[in-house]
Amino acid sequence: MKITSGKVNQLLTQSGCEHNHHHADGKGKNKACKQQAQPGLAQGGCAFDGASIALVPITDVAHLVHGPIACAGNSWGGRGSLSSGSKLYKMGFTTDVSENDIIFGGEKKLYKAIGEVAQRYQPKAVFVYSTCVTALIGDDLDAVCEAASKKFHLPVIPVNSPGFVGSKNLGNRLSGESLLEHVVGTAEPEYTTPYDINLIGEYNIAGELWNVLPLFEKLGIRVLAKITGDATYDEVCRAHRAKLNVMICSKALINMATAMGERYGIPYIEESFYGVADMNRCLRNIAAKLGDTALQDRVEKLIAEETTALDIALAPYRQRLQGKRMVLYTGGVKSWSIISAAQDLGIKVVATSTKKSTEEDKARIRKLLGEEGVMLEKGNAQEILRLINQTKADLLVAGGRNQYTALKARIPFLDINQERHHSYAGYTGMIEMAREIDEAIYSPIWEQVRKPAPWEV
Amino acid sequence: MTNVITPKKSVAVNPLKQSQPLGAALAFLGLKGMMPLFHGSQGCTAFAKVFLVRHFRESIPLSTTAMTEVSTILGGEENIEQAILALVDKAKPELIGLLTTGLTETRGDDMGRILKSFRTNHPELVDLPIIFASTPDYKGSLQSGYATAVEAIVSADYGVNSVADSQQVTILAGSFLSPGDVEEIKEIVTAFGLQPLVLPDLSGSLDGHLEDDYQTVTSGGTSLTQLQSLSNSLYTLAIGESMSPAAAILSERFNTDYQVFPRLAGLEAVDQFLWKLSQLSGLAVPPKYLRQRRQLQDAILDSHFYFGRKRIAIALEPDLLYQTSWLLQSMGAEITAAVTTTKSTILEDLPLETVVIGDLEDMENLLVDNPVDLLITNSQGKTLSEKLQCPLYRLGYPIFDRLGNNQRCLVGYRGTMQFLFDVGNLFLELEVNH
Repeated sequence: MKITSGKVNQLLTQSGCEHNHHHADGKGKNKACKQQAQPGLAQGGCAFDGASIALVPITDVAHLVHGPIACAGNSWGGRGSLSSGSKLYKMGFTTDVSENDIIFGGEKKLYKAIGEVAQRYQPKAVFVYSTCVTALIGDDLDAVCEAASKKFHLPVIPVNSPGFVGSKNLGNRLSGESLLEHVVGTAEPEYTTPYDINLIGEYNIAGELWNVLPLFEKLGIRVLAKITGDATYDEVCRAHRAKLNVMICSKALINMATAMGERYGIPYIEESFYGVADMNRCLRNIAAKLGDTALQDRVEKLIAEETTALDIALAPYRQRLQGKRMVLYTGGVKSWSIISAAQDLGIKVVATSTKKSTEEDKARIRKLLGEEGVMLEKGNAQEILRLINQTKADLLVAGGRNQYTALKARIPFLDINQERHHSYAGYTGMIEMAREIDEAIYSPIWEQVRKPAPWEV
Repeated sequence: MTNVITPKKSVAVNPLKQSQPLGAALAFLGLKGMMPLFHGSQGCTAFAKVFLVRHFRESIPLSTTAMTEVSTILGGEENIEQAILALVDKAKPELIGLLTTGLTETRGDDMGRILKSFRTNHPELVDLPIIFASTPDYKGSLQSGYATAVEAIVSADYGVNSVADSQQVTILAGSFLSPGDVEEIKEIVTAFGLQPLVLPDLSGSLDGHLEDDYQTVTSGGTSLTQLQSLSNSLYTLAIGESMSPAAAILSERFNTDYQVFPRLAGLEAVDQFLWKLSQLSGLAVPPKYLRQRRQLQDAILDSHFYFGRKRIAIALEPDLLYQTSWLLQSMGAEITAAVTTTKSTILEDLPLETVVIGDLEDMENLLVDNPVDLLITNSQGKTLSEKLQCPLYRLGYPIFDRLGNNQRCLVGYRGTMQFLFDVGNLFLELEVNH
């Protein structure tokens, strides 16, 4: 796949992504996602970062980065996707191109590198990622991968996502294109059931998937492919036979959902695993989409059981967290799904970011927050701190990037993004989240770090 | 003389090294009021930021020129200008550390011309020093990028501060020194009545401390005023072989004599350093250090039982490999395998026969048939140490799974003692378990 401007534009104007709807003039004209980073301000990840985030959770393949050391050396092993099987995805592979490779081209080195990886580590497949430098010098990734694939008798998948083409989100989608073009549909499942679904856009950070999979199993729903948390290469190959795609908490791979709809007639729904209400809705929607009344009955029974048990487990936390004030700084679906989870615990969400939210997200947030709630359009560390002071918040819930913003200001913090080590998904995740928030707010440290020294009083 | 080997292979597996821009950014972070600016794609900065945040458990100011495909083709001049202006507006830095990446070096942006025309177009920013370092990702490693930035720091013109302090000594602090190490060095130098001007001074910025207000740039480190007084130093002490070129630059610019101390751990190395300080200041070694010296001697005696004939594998950047391997050798241990990241003249003088410029896969190959009692490398060595069932002592960058990387001190008599106790305890535990 070549990344032409047409391709990029197509990925950025996905009709399934609400960022592209609700145009101000009401003509329904699609506007592309505002992807461009601002010099001097932006600090987010690049397209290569986005592609790695989406694909590295496939556990039994070798992820080979074709570029200079920064792209792999500074980042490998940094993500918290867990595996129940192979650990190959945890290894760092890179061509580590040198000045010579840049002058004479890196294709030969890449070809040899694929061979060495194939021989020494026997991966199910090799995913090869382009980077700014190797894209700039014009290495033909697709040609090398094709040749290597034939020579070494294993799938070698090109992932054309050099950092400079855009943001993390675009990289997610480009990686989805690689899966669509080279992986999905290349193998057949041994058998199918009417209850086969794919989960798309859930990366098993901190093992979150494992809070949810047992629920599906109990209901008799088979997860045919996880794309990509704790996934094997083979299961992604067979994903085209699912009856339903369930997009989790992310618009990241929306292009996969729409393309699989067009190619294989698989409908998709967008769900979240965070919070009781969302988890309930997710199970109900899946059952409804699969169109089986017996399954729907089983779902209602399961929800009744789980929520009853959860009410008992959460009771002590609800008591202690009642009326606590929280500022939420995160993006996309999480911006509203975490609100509902927090409110479930009796916490008042006083402010949230709407930076990466769609119009639909914003409407949901407005409804959940009420009139007093602050919706933060733009944000940076100072802005967050100002907001915390203004709203007298007890807690900041945000990504790891803002961890030290909160801690330096002596404010309790809960990490909600990818570097977190606790899983908050599903019913059991709610208990974990309640426990973590309780621990953060009621830690005995706050009094110590806020209290002035005796000689300062 | 140690043999330096570079294995012929096309793929790095479980890389040991980090990129030059990351190293340069780290060096820049040792200046006060600093904002490092990566001239590259936004990911270059994001990866470096996450890396440093995780290692130091601190918020780290870094920024990007956010190069896109189009600006890469057309040239990055406009992005650099926009980035600097945005930073001046939002972050209000006292200094900017501008560094290139693989992307912009491959593209071939003429940085000299770009900076010159920026100066012409923005006379209002005449007082804002922009320190520039050329650090392509496809060469060198963290250590060489850091050294390049230090060379840029000592080469730049900051104007002159007329206040002269005749007791001032410039300390060039190599990339293998933690903020805690730098703090210790400052304390030692100060104890001789000398005034240390440390470049870069991570002990002020990355030591992990609370400020009253939120900081958008580094809250400590070497200040601009100090940089303006560089010419007043009576001597340069370079810690780490990689600091030699920077010391030579200072010598050329200000006619300052210098000495390079390739390591600052181990009884003899610390003795030499203190002896030099004593000569420079004309003062005797303070009683505090005489006491510490005797403590270290005692620690050496107590711990040597556990080091004797131990087989150790080390994978570290050249300067840190040098310091660590000589110290362990002086305790009776044997370094049976060594891997490093990049070329350096110091590699020829290691207490072992061969050193490999490579990755953790190379280390694994060395150890398969030659088991060791201890592996010393960064946190990425965890998988290998588990596989080989030998303990891991974490050193270098990155260390993600240990607290206190800011304060940890492994130089001077005190730091050497700490190292001997840390490592000795690992060996002691092995013996007790057997």
